[in-house]
Amino acid sequence: MNATIASITFRAMLGRRRALLLLVLPFLLLALAIGLRAADVADLDVSAGVLQRFGLATLLPLLALIAGTGVIGPEIDDGQIMYVLTKPIPRRVIVLTKLAVAIVLVVAFGVVPTLLAGLVLTGTTAQVAAAFTAGVLVGGIAYTSLFVALAVLSRNAVTIGLLYALVWEALLGSVAPGARSASVQQWAMSVTDALTDASAVTSTVRLPVALALLAAVAVAGCVLAVARLRTLPVAGAE
Amino acid sequence: MSELRLENVSRWYGNVVAVNGVSMTIGPGVTGLLGPNGAGKSTLIHMMGGFLAPSSGTVELDGRPVWRNPEVYRSLGLVPERETAYDFLTGRQFVVAMAKLHKLPDPAAAARRAIALVEMEHAQERVIGTYSKGMKQRIKMASALVHDPPVLLLDEPFNGMDPRQRLQLMELIRAMAAEGRTILFSSHILEEVERLAGHIEVIVAGRHAASGDFRAIRRLMTDRPHRFLVRSADDRRLAAAIIADGSSRGVHLTEQGLEVEAVDFQRFTWLLPRLARDAGVRLLEVSPSDESLESVFSYLVSR
Repeated sequence: MNATIASITFRAMLGRRRALLLLVLPFLLLALAIGLRAADVADLDVSAGVLQRFGLATLLPLLALIAGTGVIGPEIDDGQIMYVLTKPIPRRVIVLTKLAVAIVLVVAFGVVPTLLAGLVLTGTTAQVAAAFTAGVLVGGIAYTSLFVALAVLSRNAVTIGLLYALVWEALLGSVAPGARSASVQQWAMSVTDALTDASAVTSTVRLPVALALLAAVAVAGCVLAVARLRTLPVAGAE
Repeated sequence: MSELRLENVSRWYGNVVAVNGVSMTIGPGVTGLLGPNGAGKSTLIHMMGGFLAPSSGTVELDGRPVWRNPEVYRSLGLVPERETAYDFLTGRQFVVAMAKLHKLPDPAAAARRAIALVEMEHAQERVIGTYSKGMKQRIKMASALVHDPPVLLLDEPFNGMDPRQRLQLMELIRAMAAEGRTILFSSHILEEVERLAGHIEVIVAGRHAASGDFRAIRRLMTDRPHRFLVRSADDRRLAAAIIADGSSRGVHLTEQGLEVEAVDFQRFTWLLPRLARDAGVRLLEVSPSDESLESVFSYLVSR
């Protein structure tokens, strides 16, 4: 971890217009939760559905995509990464710092709002709020690591990330059971499922498998990003 | 005193060869890396700066490989061509951040020194996004100098600068070279290299075309006609003597004096004083009129 890189990254992330995007998504989730609660239709099934479909399946991958690619992608595109790369700092420190910043952002704009929305919708019933918070947290770490790696590996990270989240997880996941099991979203659901008794929460992947896969994705993302950053052709070098 | 050594360095992209078997040693002082756009200068600088692996050959700084070795950045400063810095930081914040990334013991003091060196104190509290091109170039320079590196690589540092900024930067580079630093800068503009560099490396189409003082490079090419401007007590008589001798291809009588196109540089410079003496004409001035890099360069490109 490097405090200087972290502070520059935070300033870059929160100073850009995309910071508004980071705010809009959790705001929508909270507004939805408050609305449902006020209309008195927030039974356990509806609440779990909102937290899963909107929180875990939509808000989380989008936030992780914005944060994960945003902490490093624009810097590589602009060539600013040169200023960090021309310092005697191990590449793994750079990647881990960027990842940590992205995870902090996902926690602030994704995990905390999920907890708040869960509490508004269900209170402490059946531990639903806590279970979704945990699911969003572990899923968020895996997604973020995946998207940071993607941002280092490809200039089209945002497009590829969107295709993965929307086409693979959302579309294929609903028609092809095989694809469904191979998705960060489902693994995160396994964690949530294990922590609550609510019958509306179901998952298709067994917990130990899900945990192992989440960890594998997070670690693989880091390793790939570090390896690629070691030999990154900087803009203008070609 | 540091030395950057390139040994038979090549770099290719697929089937395209960008740099082809370049060997050179860059020592203290200012070295100009000269070549037309697309000659491979940036590719070469990026390999010297450790940003690009040579496809073959080695790049070493004081005996240590540069590629995949972030430790070299303790003694290497790099000013990239692209204008971008962190636009949302002030000049001072940017340079202090770079000092911190170098883990210098007193980042604030190091930043102050570097900013003073590029004379940017007056704008250091302004956000970089509001800087002019010349100011950005100087703050980038300060960031590259903050750890007082013995070696400095500058990629097209004068691009987009106005003449005054250009002069200031030239002075700064000269001053830093006088401190014993090894400085290499690339340029496709001959006038810049000619005015600043004590030593020149010419890259044409990825190949190392020539090396040395630009006059020396020029003299190597004796098969190329050289132009001289000659002023004498009696231009007409001298012109007749030069034509009669046959060592020159042409002589023009102009207001400023004689424009002589010599076939053989060495022979002409040896012969002219004798010719003048024999003809009884007093020589007032003999100056090479096209010994500019422009002519060296166009010759090298066409060779």
